[in-house]
Amino acid sequence: MLETCIGKLKLEKPGMVASGIMDETGASMVRMLESGAGAVVTKSIGLEPNAGHANPTFTEVKGGFVNAMGLPNPGIKMFKEEMNIAVPKGKIIGSIYGASADDFSKLAITMEEYGASAVELNLSCPHAKGYGMELGTDPKLVGSIVSAVKSAVKIPVWAKLTPNTHILTDIGVAVQDAGGDAVVAINTLKAMVISPEFAKPFLSNKFGGLSGPGIKSVGVRAVYDLGSVLDIPIIGVGGIADWRDAAQYIMAGASAFQIGSAIANKGPTIFDTINKDMIKFMRDFGYSSILDMVGVAHE
Amino acid sequence: MSDFVKIIGVNEEAYDTKTFEFQWDEKAIPGQFIMVWVPGMEEIPMSLSKTGRIKSITVKAIGASTRKLHELTIGDSLRIRGPYGKGFDLTKGKKILIIGGGVGTASVMPAIKESGADAIIGARTNKDVIMDDLGHKYAKNLWISTDDGSMGFHGNAVQLMREKVAENNYEIIIACGPEIMLYYIYQACVELNLDCQLSLERHMKCGAGICGCCVIDDQRVCKDGPVFTKEQISKMKDFGVQKRDECGRILKFR
Ligand SMILES: Cc1cc2nc3c(=O)[nH]c(=O)nc-3n(C[C@H](O)[C@H](O)[C@H](O)COP(=O)(O)OP(=O)(O)OC[C@H]3O[C@@H](n4cnc5c(N)ncnc54)[C@H](O)[C@@H]3O)c2cc1C
Ligand SMILES: Cc1cc2nc3c(=O)[nH]c(=O)nc-3n(C[C@H](O)[C@H](O)[C@H](O)COP(=O)(O)O)c2cc1C
Ligand code: FES
Repeated sequence: MLETCIGKLKLEKPGMVASGIMDETGASMVRMLESGAGAVVTKSIGLEPNAGHANPTFTEVKGGFVNAMGLPNPGIKMFKEEMNIAVPKGKIIGSIYGASADDFSKLAITMEEYGASAVELNLSCPHAKGYGMELGTDPKLVGSIVSAVKSAVKIPVWAKLTPNTHILTDIGVAVQDAGGDAVVAINTLKAMVISPEFAKPFLSNKFGGLSGPGIKSVGVRAVYDLGSVLDIPIIGVGGIADWRDAAQYIMAGASAFQIGSAIANKGPTIFDTINKDMIKFMRDFGYSSILDMVGVAHE
Repeated sequence: MSDFVKIIGVNEEAYDTKTFEFQWDEKAIPGQFIMVWVPGMEEIPMSLSKTGRIKSITVKAIGASTRKLHELTIGDSLRIRGPYGKGFDLTKGKKILIIGGGVGTASVMPAIKESGADAIIGARTNKDVIMDDLGHKYAKNLWISTDDGSMGFHGNAVQLMREKVAENNYEIIIACGPEIMLYYIYQACVELNLDCQLSLERHMKCGAGICGCCVIDDQRVCKDGPVFTKEQISKMKDFGVQKRDECGRILKFR
C-alpha cells in the first residue's frame, strides 16, 4: 500500500531521510533504514573534506531550527567507507554539492560507483558561499549542471531546489528540460538570528537556513506550484512531522517525501509511526496506493 | 531551549578550572549538558555541575573557547541552550560507586549529590583535584586518587575502583572522565560482572540530535547519550578506539 515510485526508482515506503540529518556515517544511515525509512539521502558530499562553519552553527527558534552547518563532510574519497556499510542495507541517494557542472559530474560518477540508487544535486544550500543556492537560482546554470550530470551517469538525477527565489517554477522547468529525473523541494529558508543582549548575530556565518514546522506551508505551496508546471516527479520536504504533513505534500503533487528536523525530537521511529498512520488514513478514506493520492489537491 | 543567563558566582576549582553559577529555571537532571556561547568564542558543550534552580558549569581552560569563558566574571551574560541528552539513571542499582576523572568530576557531582553514594575523584596530581570539598559534603565516602600519589591513593582511578569494589559489594559504577579511563572502567565492569553507566564525549555542533556529527557507531552522543548503559556500550565498535573530526573523518585514539 505504501510503495511509490519516483520515475523508474521504486520505494517500498514513501518517506526518506533528508540530506544532512543522521546520514554522515554508514552506521547511522543503516539505523535510519532499519527505522522504516524507504531510503536515506546522504549528507551533501563535496570533492574535498570540509569542516563546515565554526560553532555556533545551530539553534532552536520558534517554529523550528536555524542552522548554518556549512556542508561539513569527509569528502567523496573517504565517503566510500560509509557507502560500503550503508548500500547493502537499502536504498541510498547520494547528495552532492560542487561549484561547477564538472564538479557535480565527477561526484555523481563516484556516487554511482559506490552504489547510490540516485544522485540528489544540492542546488539549494542557503549558507555556503559559491555553492548551493548561489548556483540554484539561475535557470541556465541549473540546466547546464543537470544535463552535464545526466550525460555522466545512468542512475536517476534529482535536483534539490531552494525556496529563496521568485522563479521557482522556471528553475523546475530548467531541470525538466535538461533531462532531470525529479525535483526535490524545499531546502531551508534563508534566515538569521540576532542575540539582543550581545547585539550580534548568533551564527558564526551570520546567515543560516530555517527548517522545521515553520516552513511546512511554504514547502507545500512550492510543491503545488511545481506540480502545476512539471511532468517529472516531485519529492516534498520541509517541516514534515506526522502523516497529515506528509499527506499535504503528496496531495500537492509529491510522489515521495523527506524528513529532516523532526528526527531530532521524534527520533528515528518517526518513519514507522507515519507509515502506520498513513495506512490507517488511506484505508479510512479509500486510497489504495500513495500514487492514488499524488496531486489530488490540483483537481 | 535557548536562554540568556547572568553569572552570579565564580569559583576557582583549580589553577586551570573555574565554576560559573547562574540562575536558570529549566529542569535538568544529573549528567545532562548545555551548549554555551558568548561573542568571540565557538559555542561548546558543557556538563551541568549543579542541576537545581541555581545551575553551574565547571570549565577547564584547554583552548581558545574555554579560555574565553575564564575571562568572564559576575554580572556577565552567557547564551546557553539545552539542557540536552540523557542523564544518569540513579534508580538502576542500590549500591552505587561514582567515579569522576579530571574535569569529568563536574559532570558526576550532581549525581553524587542526588544519590549520596560512595565516590572516587581521580586526578593527575593534587593540583588537579577539583570539587573534593563538595564531594566530601555529598558522598557517603569519598576517596581520591592521584597518578603521582601527591594526594590520596597513589595510582589511577580504575586501580582504586578495583580495590573499593573488592571491599564493598557495589552493583553499578557511574563515571565520567577521559575516554581511556572509561574504557578501562568498562573492561573492569565486564570482568567483575558489574553494571555501569558512562558519560561519553564527541565533537558536537547542534547538540540536539540532528546533525549527526557526534555519533559513536549509530548512537548520537548528544541525544541518545551522553550517558550510555553497559549494554549500549557493549555494542559500540568505536568506543575507546576511534572518533570523528569536524569533517566526519575517522581519527584513531591509538
Ligand atoms: C557532553 C560534553 C560535556 C562536556 N562537559 C565539560 C565540562 O563540564 N567541563 C569542561 O571543562 N569540558 C567539558 N567538555 C569538553 C569541552 O566541550 C571542551 O573542552 C571544549 O569544547 C574545548 O574548547 P576550546 O576551544 O577551549 O579548545 P580547543 O582547542 O578548540 O579543543 C580542544 C579539544 O576540546 C574538544 N572540543 C573542541 N570543540 C568541541 C566541541 N564543539 N564539542 C566537543 N568537544 C570539543 C576536542 O577534543 C578538542 O580536541 C564537554 C564535552 C562534551 C561533549
Ligand atoms: C542540520 C541540517 C543540515 C542540513 N544539511 C543539508 C545538506 O547537507 N544538504 C541538503 O541538501 N540539505 C540539507 N539540509 C536541509 C534538509 O535536507 C531539508 O531540506 C530542510 O531541513 C527542510 O526539511 P525539514 O523541515 O524536515 O528539516 C539540512 C538541514 C538541517 C536542519
Ligand atoms: S551534535 Fe549534532 S547530532 Fe549530536
